[in-house]
Amino acid sequence: MNALLLADLTVFTLSLLVGFEVISKVPATLHTPLMSGANAVHGVVIVGVMLLAASVTTVAGYVLVLIAAAFAAMNVTGGYVVTDRMLAMFRTRKEGRR
Amino acid sequence: MSGFDTTVHLIYLACAVCFVLGLHLMNAPASARRGNRLSAAGMTAAIVTTAAVLVHDRVIAGWAVAALVAGGVLGAVAGLITARRVEMTAMPQLVSLFNAVGGGAAALIALGDALAHSADLAGQPVRTSVTTVLDLAIGGVTLSGSLVASGKLAGMVPGRPIGVPGGRWINAVLGLAAVVLAGLFLTGHAGMAALYGIGFAALAAGVLLTLPIGGADMPVVISLLNACTGTAVAMAGFVLGSDALIIAGALVGAAGAILTKLMADAMNRPISAIIAGGYGTGDDAAGPAGSTGPVREVTAEDAALQLAYAHKVVIVPGYGLAAAQAQHELVALARALTERGAEVSYGIHPVAGRMPGHMNVLLAEADAPYAQLKDLEEVNPQFPGTDVALVVGANDVTNPAARRPGNPVSGMPILDVDRARSVIVIKRSLGHGYAGIDNELYTHPSTAMLFADAKKGLSALLVGVREYAA
Repeated sequence: MNALLLADLTVFTLSLLVGFEVISKVPATLHTPLMSGANAVHGVVIVGVMLLAASVTTVAGYVLVLIAAAFAAMNVTGGYVVTDRMLAMFRTRKEGRR
Repeated sequence: MSGFDTTVHLIYLACAVCFVLGLHLMNAPASARRGNRLSAAGMTAAIVTTAAVLVHDRVIAGWAVAALVAGGVLGAVAGLITARRVEMTAMPQLVSLFNAVGGGAAALIALGDALAHSADLAGQPVRTSVTTVLDLAIGGVTLSGSLVASGKLAGMVPGRPIGVPGGRWINAVLGLAAVVLAGLFLTGHAGMAALYGIGFAALAAGVLLTLPIGGADMPVVISLLNACTGTAVAMAGFVLGSDALIIAGALVGAAGAILTKLMADAMNRPISAIIAGGYGTGDDAAGPAGSTGPVREVTAEDAALQLAYAHKVVIVPGYGLAAAQAQHELVALARALTERGAEVSYGIHPVAGRMPGHMNVLLAEADAPYAQLKDLEEVNPQFPGTDVALVVGANDVTNPAARRPGNPVSGMPILDVDRARSVIVIKRSLGHGYAGIDNELYTHPSTAMLFADAKKGLSALLVGVREYAA
């Protein structure tokens, strides 16, 4: 095990704990937007696809990047847009009551 | 470390902070939208920064840029269109689909990175080789598993549990094959071929694991698959040495794990039993009628009269309501009762719907006031003081048999509907729920059954209630 792996493991473990702490406070009413929002957050995989694109030099690599980029872009844009749509419905209600 | 690198790292750190704070703001409806936008802003910054890094480093091949841009535009347009058009009832299959492509992208990163280093695969450090295998395996299972789950939710794949002959054995063989291939790959005895093998095994396992799981267990399954995607993305972060991916992936993994546990608890079934599958019929709760006790039937007019003069009404909606697209009729009825001065609330079981919190979204879409939406713990103490409990499209989650041991719903947390002074159940027939047993609520002395389709029944009730408006 080298220092880089240990550093990454530390970040991973602490992030898991932060996730548990932050998310366990979300009320049941908001579970669907939460899941959809979390879904959008893992759209960060697009950053990974971009980093990968810098190291591919073969046709197979390009095809792979093409598919992965399409997948990741769909994940990230769709995820945020649909979550926003859902949360807008919860918001207008609050304002309507005032 | 150059000034540029330092700036890039700091921006990634700020992005990670945005993700955490964004999820944190999701704990109240008033701040949730702001949270999502903060998270989206962090994401945009991460993407722009990465693009700047690519431009700055000047190592990316022209074809790679073309592939990246073409794929990105294609995916973004597809995501945008589906996200804009989707009906709220179809939300679970869409979230599942986005989950599938996210997992797929993570798995492809593992493959792509290995391909880029295929000349020196054996020389890769443990930090990337082990995580490449994990990323590929988890991402592959998630991709095919989420696609099957999405198909089941959309009705394209039958929702009932589909048993594959010898499925468990095939899965065991697939798992063993993947472990052996991983061993060969990690010890440098096999290269890309082993990775392709692991990828195929993972895809096949995803299908075989999801097919036997019934419609009733879908909230658990999509939560679990969500956790898997998060983990796969974190693994991709290890492979690429990107903290942003590790942090975001871990956050999603934690979110998915919490929701999985909450959903499994709400059904009182161990996660292992859910994955084993075979439970829950799926789309139509109207199985063969087989109730023994006397059932009291009520007409829409009588039920409307009862509702019109009730002071306190608790509405218990289930998936049948969503399937009949009757949430607007229900909310209109609730509004009419509120205008007559009744205290109205909705008692929502955690697994009402096809994904965690799905029913709340459907009711919010129909303009139900947020303050009227009550969860299990909030609403149960209120039933003894409730004049009428109106059950629409919910079945097993109201079955008092759950309080007794020795039956399929034993120990499952239920809504104590039978403790209300009177109960009206709108249902098409005396059919069984997913658990496949009679609902004792239907033969309870204080229960009256209104046999109707949810939409028609609620419209009739609304007309009836309005007649007493004077």
